[in-house]
Amino acid sequence: MDIRTGLFYLFSVVLLFAAFRVITARNPVYAALFLVLTFFQAAGVWLLLRAEFLAISLVLVYVGAVMVLFLFVVMMLDINVDALRAGFWKHFPLAATVGALIALEMAAVLMGGFRPTEEPRTLQAVTAANQAGVQYSNTKELGRLLYTEYLYPLEIAAVILLVAIVAAIALTLRQRKDTKHTNPSEQVRVRARDRLQIIQVPPSRPAQPEPAPVAAAAVETKA
Amino acid sequence: MSLTLGHFLTLGAMLFALSVVGIFLNRRNLIVLLMAIELMLLAVNMNFVAFSYYLGDMHGQVFVFFILTVAAAESAIGLAILVLLFRNKSNINVEELNALKG
Repeated sequence: MDIRTGLFYLFSVVLLFAAFRVITARNPVYAALFLVLTFFQAAGVWLLLRAEFLAISLVLVYVGAVMVLFLFVVMMLDINVDALRAGFWKHFPLAATVGALIALEMAAVLMGGFRPTEEPRTLQAVTAANQAGVQYSNTKELGRLLYTEYLYPLEIAAVILLVAIVAAIALTLRQRKDTKHTNPSEQVRVRARDRLQIIQVPPSRPAQPEPAPVAAAAVETKA
Repeated sequence: MSLTLGHFLTLGAMLFALSVVGIFLNRRNLIVLLMAIELMLLAVNMNFVAFSYYLGDMHGQVFVFFILTVAAAESAIGLAILVLLFRNKSNINVEELNALKG
């Protein structure tokens, strides 16, 4: 058993354990943290499969962005865990049956008619790079494919991400009732007659007598 | 004993079965449901990468790239809906989501 096989079994065991803890953890925060561990182990397995760029991006994008988003949401919400856990083990027999069925069917396919290729076939790009005397770069090859053959799907993926940004913001945005905001278009459109009221004052009105205490106070301060 | 494609496919299958069990177990907790969906996508991605390596075909990895993109968008919108749900109902119990019942 070479070191690759040993590493594969190590990563697999930790991955399956962490995935099991994700679905059984009592506290959603622990579930999110175990999901982080699961993604790290999956990145390790992908490194064994020579998918370096995807392994790194799994760690960066998933652990760095998506799981932090999960943790934010889990910690922001005040969840009553006990109410959600009620009847947790009630569904266990059905769940175990379905899970075992899926695993058995997959095993039947894998062990039976499906003949997995024993030896990995070398990528065309690897042989080309070896002939040219340069080192093969997974990232470079993936980028070449993405920006030539898959250019339009890449654009669509970018648009999907944009739609996700707009949708997430639009869903959670709310108008607060106590903000004192101004409406610039109303401010520009206002006319003098909306704000200013001209009162016709009769000119023949007798003069009002000056308020005496104010005058007395003025005299006192002068003295 | 060297690693074959079957090893990786078996790992993906076990991960997928585990996440299906998780969906059945946590059918009230929307957050853990989203996490189980992430696990499912991870299992599918594992199969893609394994096939890509063993068949010598780079296109599988491009597919994984796109799946990661869509999964990130999906979880962002899912969490936004979750926050909205919590704001309106003060809990995230899936069984109380019956406002759209006809």
